[in-house]
Amino acid sequence: MDPLGWPEILIRIAQQLLPVWIAMVLTFALSIRFRRRLGLYGKLFDSGVGMVGFAIVIFWLFTALFAGWIVTHDALSQVSQMRNALPGAALPSPDGRYPYYLFGGDALARDVFSRMVMGAREVLRIAPFAAMISFMIGILLGLPAGYIGGRLDTGLTFLANLVLAFPVILLFFLLVAPEIQETPLPLVMAGFLFLAPILFVTILLNSRFFTQPAKRNLYVGVVLAIGAWAYLGLVFGADPTGIWAMSPNLLNVFVAVVFVNAPTVFRIVRGITLDIKTRDYVAAAQTRGEGPWYIMLWEILPNARGPLIVDFCLRIGYTTILLGTLGFFGLGVSPESPDWGSTINAGRRLLTVYPHPALVPALSLMSLVLGLNLLADGLREESLKD
Amino acid sequence: MLLFLSRRIGMMLVTALCLTFIVFALTNLPAKLETLAKTQAGSRMTEAEVASWIERNGYGSPMVQRYGEWLGVLPGWVRTEDDGTVRGRCVDRAGTPEAAGDRCGILQGDWGFSTRFRETVLNVLSARLGATGWLMMWVLIVMVPMSLIVGVLAGMREGSRTDRTLSTLSIATTATPEYVSGVLFIALLASSTVGLSPLFVSWGWATGPVLFQGNARSALDSLTFSNFTLPVLTVALYGMGYIARITRASMTEVMTQQYIRTARLKGVAFGTIVMRHALRNALIAPFTVIMLQIPWLLNGVVITEVLFSYPGFGWTLYEAAINNDIELLLASSVVAVVVVLITQLISDLGYVWLNPRIRLS
Repeated sequence: MDPLGWPEILIRIAQQLLPVWIAMVLTFALSIRFRRRLGLYGKLFDSGVGMVGFAIVIFWLFTALFAGWIVTHDALSQVSQMRNALPGAALPSPDGRYPYYLFGGDALARDVFSRMVMGAREVLRIAPFAAMISFMIGILLGLPAGYIGGRLDTGLTFLANLVLAFPVILLFFLLVAPEIQETPLPLVMAGFLFLAPILFVTILLNSRFFTQPAKRNLYVGVVLAIGAWAYLGLVFGADPTGIWAMSPNLLNVFVAVVFVNAPTVFRIVRGITLDIKTRDYVAAAQTRGEGPWYIMLWEILPNARGPLIVDFCLRIGYTTILLGTLGFFGLGVSPESPDWGSTINAGRRLLTVYPHPALVPALSLMSLVLGLNLLADGLREESLKD
Repeated sequence: MLLFLSRRIGMMLVTALCLTFIVFALTNLPAKLETLAKTQAGSRMTEAEVASWIERNGYGSPMVQRYGEWLGVLPGWVRTEDDGTVRGRCVDRAGTPEAAGDRCGILQGDWGFSTRFRETVLNVLSARLGATGWLMMWVLIVMVPMSLIVGVLAGMREGSRTDRTLSTLSIATTATPEYVSGVLFIALLASSTVGLSPLFVSWGWATGPVLFQGNARSALDSLTFSNFTLPVLTVALYGMGYIARITRASMTEVMTQQYIRTARLKGVAFGTIVMRHALRNALIAPFTVIMLQIPWLLNGVVITEVLFSYPGFGWTLYEAAINNDIELLLASSVVAVVVVLITQLISDLGYVWLNPRIRLS
């Protein structure tokens, strides 16, 4: 068969992405229809930049979600003769497989398009969660540092500055080294880091409902049960059902990324808290006799949400860049992994002759981060209008 | 001022000590020492041989003591072998026991020996840092004026079309990490089969096979436009957007001030207002950010130097890390940490100095 031309390649890719288009159209139609009732999210659809960013982000989100239907080939399987095949090249003997490599083949004769799609899944599986845990740690430490202040603040700020003074790349080389996995260090750090979300939710619910013990016990009990289950699985790999599991490699990467991000979030939260704690509604809550955690989590935090949501979007993008950096240096992830950083790394050796295996993931990564940054910009603009 | 300065420097020293100890601990993990033993003395060693090699070469003592030895505050280890020869941390370095001093650490100027480059760490690092110095110099020359111009242009008329275009462009550059922009540049400009180079050659606009070179190793001998442009652009691009956005924010804030309005009402030309009245106050924030950006550039420098195989400091750090070259990695870390801390200090001092409204007390 003849290789495809570019128009035909694009049409076929658009066809493969059909589930994504449908989901995107549905999301947009529903969101725009009900945007007046959706708060800040709804307002996003008033800003052009924000909408473009949101469209790019959900494009990748749905691509990751429907990756199983979109891919044309297995991301790991090799087809001989397709080594460094150009985009649109036809398979010599399809035998029921998809007859073309839409974006060509890489140096190991794997399909670049399918790897890009599976790469989106790899990246979006880690980046938002790493950003979320960084946020919980940052909030959990930043609120008391700003609200209570004193020695606690001095100590925590010193620690945060200590981590921030570390060049990120050096930290990665030290923390994601294979030798580190033989020590208990990543496990200990993961133990602390994953404790944060459980603590966060528990304190959140407890401070709100401690006057209604029946409700409190139910909520906190459910959270603790699920938390303990996830915690066992993620940190110790001891989840009997196997839903919560993380390979030691992935755990290491996760820990390193969270470790780099959390101090910055801490500083942001601390700064906002210092500003908000002088407001009248905080004084009112203090006069009512509310506990410190209630004031921090139910008075200060909701009023700090604007800048935090914006930073959360930016931080997912930054985490994506960090994950790409790790992949680019071949750290942490398995060499077969289709994540974008590793694919760029693998493709750069033949970059001047066959650029497509590196260009496709590079442009994907760039577009996702760009989408997140535009989304953050749109959110910032809209939240400032209040 | 003096009190502020001394407190800051004291804090800096404590931070440096903490950080170097963490790096020391992480590079001297037992597993890493075992790898070192195997690369130094043969890969087929048994467990017992590895253990005895570690013991004989002074890696057996407690971590804190070894850190002290490395720093040069504690005397280096000395032991007498079975055949009567005296060996020790300082003896091995000086050659003879007589020539060896009591302490030999980085405080004495002894940075150790690189197993990867088979040379003293001091020699390796001084050569590499020079190479990176050139890169950084050109990056700053390109990045700082460009980003300031973009930021000021965008910020002087908030909400205009120029502002929208330039702001979106800045967002796009912050979304392009070095390993993406470097790959794009190489594919677009440095390949003889794809991108712009074959096009330009066929039109007769370019003489060589490629417009720019994708490998910067030759820049070490002779720095040319063709072999240094791409690495410099790659590093500069990522930082540019951020500085431009800070400049824009600071500029828009200044442009709403009363004194700017007064100047406009007096009938001063818009250009003069921007140059004379706004710029000075608008550039305080970007200054701090540019200084704080230097540690971030370090990140980009490692990626870029690896991508363009330019043997500078970043490339050395990478080589040291993947080849388990403990002493070189330690020394590189010290350099990196010191650079970060000094730029933080300068940025704080500069902020106070540029902004007379801040009083230290």
